[in-house]
Amino acid sequence: MSEPPIIAAHGLHKQFGPLHVLKGVDLVVAERELVFLIGPSGSGKSTLLRCLNRLEEPSSGSVVVDGIDLLDRRTDINHVRTRIGMVFQSFNLYPHMTALANVTLALRKVAGKSRAEADTIGRAALDRVGLADRAHHTPLQLSGGQQQRVAIARAIALEPRVMLFDEPTSALDPELVGGVLAVMRELRASGMTMVVVSHEMGFARAAADRVLFMDQGVIVEQGTPEQVFTAPTEERTRAFIGQIQRH
Amino acid sequence: MSAWDRFTDAFFNVPIMLKYLPSIAQGFVLTVELAVLVVITGIAAGLGVAMLRSLGLRPLNWAIVFVVDLFRALPPLVIIVLIYFGLPSAGVSPSAFGATWASLALELMAFSEEIFWAGITAVPRGQWEAARSTGLSFGQTLRAVVLPQALRLTVPPLTNRTIAITKGTALGSVIGLAEILSQASSGESLSFNPSPLTLGAAAYLLLFLPVVALGRWIETKFAWKR
Ligand SMILES: Nc1ncnc2c1ncn2[C@@H]1O[C@H](COP(=O)(O)OP(=O)(O)O)[C@@H](O)[C@H]1O
Ligand SMILES: [Mg+2]
Repeated sequence: MSEPPIIAAHGLHKQFGPLHVLKGVDLVVAERELVFLIGPSGSGKSTLLRCLNRLEEPSSGSVVVDGIDLLDRRTDINHVRTRIGMVFQSFNLYPHMTALANVTLALRKVAGKSRAEADTIGRAALDRVGLADRAHHTPLQLSGGQQQRVAIARAIALEPRVMLFDEPTSALDPELVGGVLAVMRELRASGMTMVVVSHEMGFARAAADRVLFMDQGVIVEQGTPEQVFTAPTEERTRAFIGQIQRH
Repeated sequence: MSAWDRFTDAFFNVPIMLKYLPSIAQGFVLTVELAVLVVITGIAAGLGVAMLRSLGLRPLNWAIVFVVDLFRALPPLVIIVLIYFGLPSAGVSPSAFGATWASLALELMAFSEEIFWAGITAVPRGQWEAARSTGLSFGQTLRAVVLPQALRLTVPPLTNRTIAITKGTALGSVIGLAEILSQASSGESLSFNPSPLTLGAAAYLLLFLPVVALGRWIETKFAWKR
């Protein structure tokens, strides 16, 4: 009856030498779902996200994205990654390229589009994040908020099945946060499946289907934004929510 | 004869200069050939080794660091002499040109590898991650994203080092390579007059001033566009 999940990660462990960062995490994300991930710094949120596109190799467990087993040696990881968009806290735009070239690089090199095709798709993606008129600017000529929107365009241009956001607004001046969140809300409205690590509670309340609270490498608690933010059952969750609401 | 006349007779004796111009011109051509060969092979090898090193394979990287440090530490003249006088005992007799080329190319390989490597490691990890997350392979990321940024950082030190090492072509004179210095000093000993050396110095300026100017131009060209 129900559609297969876009992300099915089970029993994920990740160790960096003696440091046990993920201690058996299960994460299943349905199509069109927006999962919001919160937790103290160092709790393993980024590591979890990075295991979902194998930027980080899990120590054990399984990750299946869009029906493809990411940890199978026969999987063409580069091809699968075009189906999984990722947005980073520090934007990571290529500084030696224009906004348009940032967006079209993988379209040409991985998706095999011609330059003309890639440019058309790239311009449409920039238009979608409201930056059609900045196509020929380099990252240094753009504000942080604009850079992050270009980074989102770079990911969505590949038409991913799911988007991973790792604190997309944490490096931005407060007045630039709104523009990036607006783009994310539009993506959400268009039906994109998303996993978002962030502290933007307002965004979570408005857009998230499910909030997960992570601490010390495990998912401690999850539920609707309403449940987790206003009536958390775990003491650790309560303490954390109290902390970020005071800020 | 005044002091000034003695000076010009010694260093700017036109008839003697004209006499040795052809041989110094030959030396000039040979030096240019050697220099171009050293620059192309040395830098290409240095870049290739730095790219290999970025694969992050431990034993390979230890070997790379060992070889690179070896050729950075050894004076190039020692390598020239070792190759030219040492290799024949092992049954290989390199030409003076071959020995000088190999020595300088190895030195440039070693120094440029370190410069390229420093450039590659200076590119933030996030650049690799962003590119890999869009599906680019390791090689595509290195070529399209990392190297273009790394090369900008490497141009100034690489230009300086390349000029310094290429000037080492004069070391070939020690093993009888008929390059500029060798031609000029044999002219000097045949004519009992230093004017051929003046001509030799002029030939070096003719060769290296444009290279230095080109280096300057490249450095400004590679500044970040804001
Ligand atoms: N590449 C790495 N090598 C060693 N330790 C790491 C590495 N990446 C992350 N860690 C450690 O793993 C822990 C979890 O990090 P992270 O997933 O970034 O947490 P979060 O995103 O929740 O702040 C931290 O203690 C961090 O120092
Ligand atoms: Mg993090």
